[in-house]
Amino acid sequence: MTATDIRPATGETAAGRDRRRRGRRGPVLLAGLTAGLLLVALIAAGRGQVAVSPAEVLGSVLHRLGLDLGARPAAPHGESALWLVRFPRVALAAVVGAALGCAGAVMQGVFGNPLAEPGVIGVSAGAAVGAALAIVTGITVLGGWTVPAAAFAGGLATTWLVYLLARSGGRTEVVTLVLTGVAVNAVAGAAIGLLMFVADESGVQAIAFWNLGSLAQANWSAVALATPCLAVGLLATLADARRLDLLALGERSARHLGVDVERLRVRMIVVTALLGAAAVAFTGIISFVGLVVPHLVRMVAGPGHRLLLPASALGGAIVVIVADLAARTLVDYQELPLGVLSAIVGGPAFFWLLRRTRDRAGGWA
Amino acid sequence: MSGDGPRVRDRRRRVRLRLTGRRSTPRPPAPATPGGIRVQVTGVRVERAGRPVLDQVDLSIRAGELHALVGPNGAGKSTLLAAVSGDLPLAAGTVEVDGRPLAEWSAVELAMRRAVLTQRSTLSFPFAVVEVVRMGRAPWAGRPEEAHDDAVVAETMRRCDVIRFAARPFPSLSGGEQARAALARVLAQQAGVLLLDEPTAALDLHHQELVMRIARDRADAGDAVVVVLHDLALAGAYADRITLLADGRVRAAGPPDTVLTAPLLSEVYRHDIEVVPHPDTRLPLVVPRRRGPARNTPRTEE
Repeated sequence: MTATDIRPATGETAAGRDRRRRGRRGPVLLAGLTAGLLLVALIAAGRGQVAVSPAEVLGSVLHRLGLDLGARPAAPHGESALWLVRFPRVALAAVVGAALGCAGAVMQGVFGNPLAEPGVIGVSAGAAVGAALAIVTGITVLGGWTVPAAAFAGGLATTWLVYLLARSGGRTEVVTLVLTGVAVNAVAGAAIGLLMFVADESGVQAIAFWNLGSLAQANWSAVALATPCLAVGLLATLADARRLDLLALGERSARHLGVDVERLRVRMIVVTALLGAAAVAFTGIISFVGLVVPHLVRMVAGPGHRLLLPASALGGAIVVIVADLAARTLVDYQELPLGVLSAIVGGPAFFWLLRRTRDRAGGWA
Repeated sequence: MSGDGPRVRDRRRRVRLRLTGRRSTPRPPAPATPGGIRVQVTGVRVERAGRPVLDQVDLSIRAGELHALVGPNGAGKSTLLAAVSGDLPLAAGTVEVDGRPLAEWSAVELAMRRAVLTQRSTLSFPFAVVEVVRMGRAPWAGRPEEAHDDAVVAETMRRCDVIRFAARPFPSLSGGEQARAALARVLAQQAGVLLLDEPTAALDLHHQELVMRIARDRADAGDAVVVVLHDLALAGAYADRITLLADGRVRAAGPPDTVLTAPLLSEVYRHDIEVVPHPDTRLPLVVPRRRGPARNTPRTEE
């Protein structure tokens, strides 16, 4: 073999040093995000019309786990408020946020473009069309899985379409991507409008809820349905993390390094549709989480996907829990739509990223 | 190829490959025999928009040889390299690596055998230089060779003079620095066949020589190296064989002194070209015939 001309380097090498530094940063970041997620979850679960302190929330959880530690909620109905309303809501927020963050990171890797995101390129809208179609037609062939399955089918079809339309020569240029997103979102919006037109009263309400995005209808069965989608998606993407790194070199070079690019892409498109469906099916469209979170993680931890994917999932979970907390507590006895809130914050962030990307590339070339 | 046994087995393997997407155990390359053919290109034809850009191209790339591909712009050098890399569909002909057509190898098996430096190296995300070089080790992940990763990455970065930038983001480097970092990644792959598309294009004089020296050393160590070059003097100084392409066909092939001749080059490049031996080394210097010093002569207008 050709290893003869390479001898193990003695002493400290720059490469080794750098690897160790990055190697330490990963676990620290993941541990910090996990701690942040738990903290945010404890606080979010306690806030609302029935106030429960974080210590009491923790105590309630520990008692359920059979540990007689800490104080239980003192407020009347505190226990039931936590376990019937708050916890499923916070859990669903975490699952949805993790799915969105992870889907954004994967999509950016597959498109080779840091601006790709389920909401921006219209995958969420496509999934919402699928879900709306299932609601309007009243099909329940798959029981509780019908709406998620329809959302998955809609998301998959849309991702595929965007993928076919927006790529040229193995890369997706920013302009093409964003414009394709505009077109896809327009068509999906029209389709949803049409479905609302033909739907009955309750159908109209259900679809309107999708368009705004909200966690108000969270319950344990939704958590039970969304969690497996997230788990499968997350594991599948982690298995391909190194190959996603190689894809950053471009399709040709990735293939030269032994990546079966076509198969990788098909796998990742299915996975993003799955993650997108897990999010959209129960909460409607919450945009920009998948755009902003991976970007922040990259600024801290670099672009390597083995860290980026789990960190984006954790970060997404934190962001959606906080956003939902804000949505239901900013205005007394009223609930702001979560999707509206995320768009108010995420939209300007998207502008900023867009400008930065353009400046760095020296125009849209 | 003797008997039907191995052929039938191969076909079964291929069918299985298509169904499952992964071959259970990639076949690692066998040690190359010096002078043995690693890549055989036979009668290759590549079409773009129905028009042939390569036609009837034959090429043998041998272990231990530095093979230069030269020719004017649009002659098909990069296309040939892409065809050998397996990036382009062939309209006719075959490309064999280690005795098997490209299609019979999996992507990983090919990556263990041949590394490719493309003309432009893009990177969608700001990976650090050392991370980019480490990507070259991807084909060996999960194999015994993985143990050498750190040493190989450090050594190739040192050879390519990019160790100073190891921790910097790849996109922040200048064009020439990026080119050398990309070369370091390709070398880190430790494949026995190296296909380098204009590795010297963005480099200063010192780094041009450095890169050609590396290519020469890899050939001397037993690798089969193909380099697309524009600088004919570089080709003459470092290559064992030169293939001169013109209009998508092989115009001449052989040792440098048979290909780098003034009449042939003048015809192919449509420019009056001189080939003079260096006074000391006797290496060929290829220079376009130019008029005498034009700077200080008074311009006459008639």
